[in-house]
Amino acid sequence: MKPEVTAAQLREHAREIRRAAVTMIHEAGSGHPGGSLSAADLIAALYFKEMRLDPNNPKWPDRDRFVLSKGHVCPAQYAALAALGYFPEETLHTLRREGSILQGHPDMKRCPGIDVSTGSLGQGLSVAAGMALAGKRDGKDYRVFCIVGDGEADEGQIWEAIMFANAQKLDNLIVIIDSNGLQIDGRCDDIIPHLDLEKKLAAFGFETWDIDGNDMDQILQALDEIRVSTSGKPKFINARTVKGKGVSYMENNAGWHGKAPNEEEYAIAMRDLEGAEQA
Amino acid sequence: MTDKRIATRDGFGEAIVELGMENPDIFVIDADLGKSCKTGAFLKQLPQQYVDVGIAEQNAAGVAAGLATCGKIPFVVTYAAFASMRMCEQIRQEACYTRQNVKIIGCHGGFTPAFDGGSHQAVEDMGIMSSIPNMKVIMPADYVSAKALVRAAAAEPGPVYLRFTRDAMPVLYEEGTKFEIGKAVQLRDGGDVAILANGDTVHLALTAAQTLAGQGIEARVLDMHTVKPLDAEAVRRCAEEIGRIITVEDHNVINGLGSAVCCVTAELGRGVVRRIGIPDCFGMSAPYTRLMELNGITSARIVETAHALLK
Repeated sequence: MKPEVTAAQLREHAREIRRAAVTMIHEAGSGHPGGSLSAADLIAALYFKEMRLDPNNPKWPDRDRFVLSKGHVCPAQYAALAALGYFPEETLHTLRREGSILQGHPDMKRCPGIDVSTGSLGQGLSVAAGMALAGKRDGKDYRVFCIVGDGEADEGQIWEAIMFANAQKLDNLIVIIDSNGLQIDGRCDDIIPHLDLEKKLAAFGFETWDIDGNDMDQILQALDEIRVSTSGKPKFINARTVKGKGVSYMENNAGWHGKAPNEEEYAIAMRDLEGAEQA
Repeated sequence: MTDKRIATRDGFGEAIVELGMENPDIFVIDADLGKSCKTGAFLKQLPQQYVDVGIAEQNAAGVAAGLATCGKIPFVVTYAAFASMRMCEQIRQEACYTRQNVKIIGCHGGFTPAFDGGSHQAVEDMGIMSSIPNMKVIMPADYVSAKALVRAAAAEPGPVYLRFTRDAMPVLYEEGTKFEIGKAVQLRDGGDVAILANGDTVHLALTAAQTLAGQGIEARVLDMHTVKPLDAEAVRRCAEEIGRIITVEDHNVINGLGSAVCCVTAELGRGVVRRIGIPDCFGMSAPYTRLMELNGITSARIVETAHALLK
């Protein structure tokens, strides 16, 4: 937790994350830009302000944990880890290359700062719940943050984990759904509508927030409220986001779920992500 | 072999309590089958190291992996059919790919949930688990070895799958016998035929060996409690010193002990193997001994197969 970090600074971090993620995916020739861009503001707020971390001691037992259950958007996480010094920023140019610590999906055995490997959707939240349970049983005060995709919430295991978090009163677990409304095959609402996620999670025993997940002020307000909450319940943020946020032609376009921009597209993306804050 | 009969699941239930008392990092994750799988004593004595996730095996495996990243040694406990299949991909991604210290307990393996029928009888679990990199696969032959191998699994870093069975079976070993993961135990020596068995079929192998001895045929009997990593050296000695090998298992002959032994002998180019086990079919509701009989997993069939090999 770094209370002194301002929303303006975090918006700048988010912009840097977006630029790095798109660059990595462009250089690698493959990857998932859409979700990396929708989740960038959440990742910036967590890594650069909210979470208690020590980049020099990635396995510090008292650190807050971060589980990227939607592991395919790891370029955004890698960008944050590099900026914090978990590994050199040059490493970002090795995404998806043979021998790289930056695998196509996060690998805890290769990359410092990855608390658990993810990639196959639906599984990360259970692991996060296990980490939160360990914290409770050990009397530790660390918290566990888990970002889940809204398409990922199609998976039944997500709901098993949600019920478990309520059963064990894991008030140290913060579940954030990156609700960008799109999955590979199209609009979530056309495939498996998730209806009102905030109401659903409230009915499942969570304390809930419903915010614009690309608005840093709203993100910080929710995180501030969560930090001081005494409800004893697990926490849920429905973060309404825009898939592809910040890159004009990627916004709200399911086609940019898992595709790398070519030279021309990359140049436009970098222009879109230049200078001015993406609010 | 003694007259005493105890189920291997009871060996697990006792060993896990002992381990939990010694080490507060030992956890049990139940999925609503704790009564059958013998975790009741653990819950009673060590509630702080216990959690029941309900009928949600996939979540059980994930929660276990999360606990393991925080230094715990979780044992996820359910029936072998669900342990190996309902949570298969969770085990693959979160326990094996990540090399987490997660132990998977498959109770009621093979035909032993006999009256429950084919839905509950895991005939393929060890093959599935053996196919996942980093996973070790163990099936103890009796109560004493079950206790010892639970202890060995807890001390072994990384994921381990242990298969136990439901029914009381003869106790084969003296208390205190040492067992090592990946090291077969020779229960009897002989130069005419080698019988390699695991789990509840080891006592069938011993009975067959006695019968054969009465007929002037000497059998070497090995308890192959670890299917992966297989004790290839023990198999090599059988292939080279005896040349005639019978494998016995309460598991599909495809991808179980028999297959693993065949891989070793085929690569050596030595030895003839006959596999006794489930001939790639599902079970059904019937008494356990009847199911074994119907599938030819009996000491009489072992004797018959030995004679055929010696012709």
